[in-house]
Amino acid sequence: MDIRVTHPQEIETWLERNLMRVQKPGRYVGGELNQVVKDWSSIPIKVALVFPDIYEIGVPNLALTILYEAINQRPDALAERAYLPWTDMEDLMRAAGIPIYGLETKHPLGQFDIIGITLPYETLYTNVLNLLDLAGIPLLSAERRADHPLIIAGGHATFNPEPMAPFIDAFVIGEGEEVIHELLDTYKAWKFRSGNREDLLLSLLGIPGVYIPRFYVPHYHADGTLQSIQPTTETAPAIVHKRIVGRLPAPPTRPIVPAIDVVHNRIAIEIMRGCTRGCRFCHAGMVTRPVRERSVEEILNSIRQALQNTGYEEVALLSLSSSDYSQITHLVERVSQEATQQHLVVSLPSLRIETVSVELMDRLKGKRQSRSFTLAPEAATDRMRAVINKPIETHQLLETARAIYQHGWTKIKLYFMIGHPTETLDDVRAIAEVSRQVLAEGRRMVGHRASLHLGVSTFVPKPHTPFQWLPCDTPELIQIKQRALLEALRGSGIKINWTDPQETLLEAWLSRGDRRMAEVIYYAWKLGAKFDAWHDYFDYEKWMIAFQMANLDPAFYTHRQRDLEEIFPWDHINPGVRKAYLKQEYLNSLQGILRPDCRQQCYACGILPTYKELRRRYPGQHWKCPEVTVHART
Amino acid sequence: MLQRFRIDYAKTQPLRYVSSLDLQKVWERYLRRAGLPLAYSHGFSPQPRLQQAHPLPLGYLGAHELVDVWLESAAELLSAEVQKRLLITPQPGIEINHVESIPLEAPSLAKQVVAADYTVWLLDPADPSDLTERIARLLNTPSLTRERRGKTYDLRPLIESLALLTDHPGNLLALQMRLAAREGASGRPEEVIAALGLDPFAVRILRTRLLIEPSS
Repeated sequence: MDIRVTHPQEIETWLERNLMRVQKPGRYVGGELNQVVKDWSSIPIKVALVFPDIYEIGVPNLALTILYEAINQRPDALAERAYLPWTDMEDLMRAAGIPIYGLETKHPLGQFDIIGITLPYETLYTNVLNLLDLAGIPLLSAERRADHPLIIAGGHATFNPEPMAPFIDAFVIGEGEEVIHELLDTYKAWKFRSGNREDLLLSLLGIPGVYIPRFYVPHYHADGTLQSIQPTTETAPAIVHKRIVGRLPAPPTRPIVPAIDVVHNRIAIEIMRGCTRGCRFCHAGMVTRPVRERSVEEILNSIRQALQNTGYEEVALLSLSSSDYSQITHLVERVSQEATQQHLVVSLPSLRIETVSVELMDRLKGKRQSRSFTLAPEAATDRMRAVINKPIETHQLLETARAIYQHGWTKIKLYFMIGHPTETLDDVRAIAEVSRQVLAEGRRMVGHRASLHLGVSTFVPKPHTPFQWLPCDTPELIQIKQRALLEALRGSGIKINWTDPQETLLEAWLSRGDRRMAEVIYYAWKLGAKFDAWHDYFDYEKWMIAFQMANLDPAFYTHRQRDLEEIFPWDHINPGVRKAYLKQEYLNSLQGILRPDCRQQCYACGILPTYKELRRRYPGQHWKCPEVTVHART
Repeated sequence: MLQRFRIDYAKTQPLRYVSSLDLQKVWERYLRRAGLPLAYSHGFSPQPRLQQAHPLPLGYLGAHELVDVWLESAAELLSAEVQKRLLITPQPGIEINHVESIPLEAPSLAKQVVAADYTVWLLDPADPSDLTERIARLLNTPSLTRERRGKTYDLRPLIESLALLTDHPGNLLALQMRLAAREGASGRPEEVIAALGLDPFAVRILRTRLLIEPSS
């Protein structure tokens, strides 16, 4: 877009004249508690951290909270924040030539040195293009010059960076706490020697975990599958290994406290990172290994500090599987003591389906209590549970449900997935059967106050998981399954939510795409696609036209069974988990072989050999991989 | 022991675009940070006892806003102590003017407010003499039917005074107005601006004070 206003003071003046014309103007002004405002003219490195959706979704993001604190603690750098304007504001900004700006000082994004974008999920991609356009920055990395900001992206979706490769200068794969400083140091050295853009990108190649797509070229077979991705320069590593920290650093305790309501308005403390359960559909469980815990004391201290710094009335203890935190009972006991004294709501998501979880939550109830209790069985038959490696027996689920209703909760939410590999209509109907049994427990306990909500999403085989070889159900099949489930639930009084099959397909082709997908994303954006994660905004037709314009077939990405030997567009990005392990797990799933918690027994996923030096530098109980003798592979 | 304090504060730029509902949360967190133990209502979901006088609409600034808070602590708190603690952990967008202890049984603020004074700056250039004329014409009209949120009402009786500020510093023109602010009969400055034929969005509105009827 054509930028006509570039001075922060002029942007402020324009804002005051226009903010009352848009919904929720509080999104666009900054000034919140714990915002850090540094002197623009004297700080050499200026970073804009962007969550590519609106303020309310972006502010609670933990990755950006961590980076904001880390960057602003450096005397030589500043970090500001930016989020996408909602469409009413975007229209006004475009009409007036107002660029997207940093909330702290209202400098246009184009005046920052670095723009760091987090991509936790794929449906944000068109928003990234919109962001660059609203900043007046060329969309294609190849078209940017030395005076344009360096565009960096990280986050879970970037474990397959290829669909966004032409738009991003450098991807940072994995955890950002350490690599951010290496990036800033390298950038600063380049800035002081006034090099060109090529020089900057080449120097970034020296940082482990950094992937610069410009230095790689994909070659394809005639059938459209990948032949290879080749580095084009000697210093570009053939395989980019994700970065991890050997020990989790202290969590951020001075987060931004927004004055308007946002999706998660609370203190978030990560109690551990990674998961040892090995559910075969789970992307996070594969890419965040190994499990590393924080100590109970560290967590409690962080909560106390954060409460003092924010005044929040709610704390969330985050992890992928809270029940697996080794000191969970002790932690809950200590936290609940503080909670009752302070009218604090404590949430503990991702609990296992067992009665112990109910006792834990019961301790945390305090004086205020959420009315619903959430569990995620994911599948309803033993066969299906063995396929996905999440073995929860129905009687265990029913016992847990009984305990939940017994302890005073009246509403249970159950998360299931349809579209699992080898799933039949009987497996789908079993979801209704199990759900009816759960609600019956509630009716026995608390009568008609008992209620049950189902969230039924549709499985998308994700890169770097044992299911990466599999196709996704067709929209027709998804609809048949959804209808069968609805039919089986009729008259039960159970409420149900599910994912629109077309949204599932979007997620599927974006997450599994190769570099050619970038053209589809570009055309979709050109046609007006944005806010694809918003149900009311997502427009399937635009994407279908974009596929035609790019001369690509969406089914190639979504509905194709991959050959076991196929080279994937994300194979040169290594999350520490070996492809051979994923393949073995895929074959295990087909035979219904279970792989229990890997803290008890190592299945050689690859983490220990990949990070053996790091492990040696950070010994101790905080890593949950069992001790195994690691032989260097030759 | 339970005590009630009335806090007179200014709502400044950082909280300008925050609704009174969200402001309730801001206050709750502010008091928590200050270590002031808010009293909670009883019942299934206890609510903090915190009462704003007359909600300041989104987009307005306030020079002397009022909020009543109920605190429950072991020992008696002095208003000076409350004020001191609030100043130690400042909240962007809230500037404390004054804290006073008031009787628990004092009538609610909402019932006592009768009118409010506003200063409204026009962000667009305007001709002062033309504006003076428009004001005179508006004040001479016996009734001003306007529509808001699908309901028609008469704005004229809600305007108690309206004048151009003549000796105002700065380069923006400003109006001074006093509007009724009773429950169910409240005038909004931007409605007056619109009735004057000006852009109701291109303004900066400061509520300078709330007028309280002495309790009978």
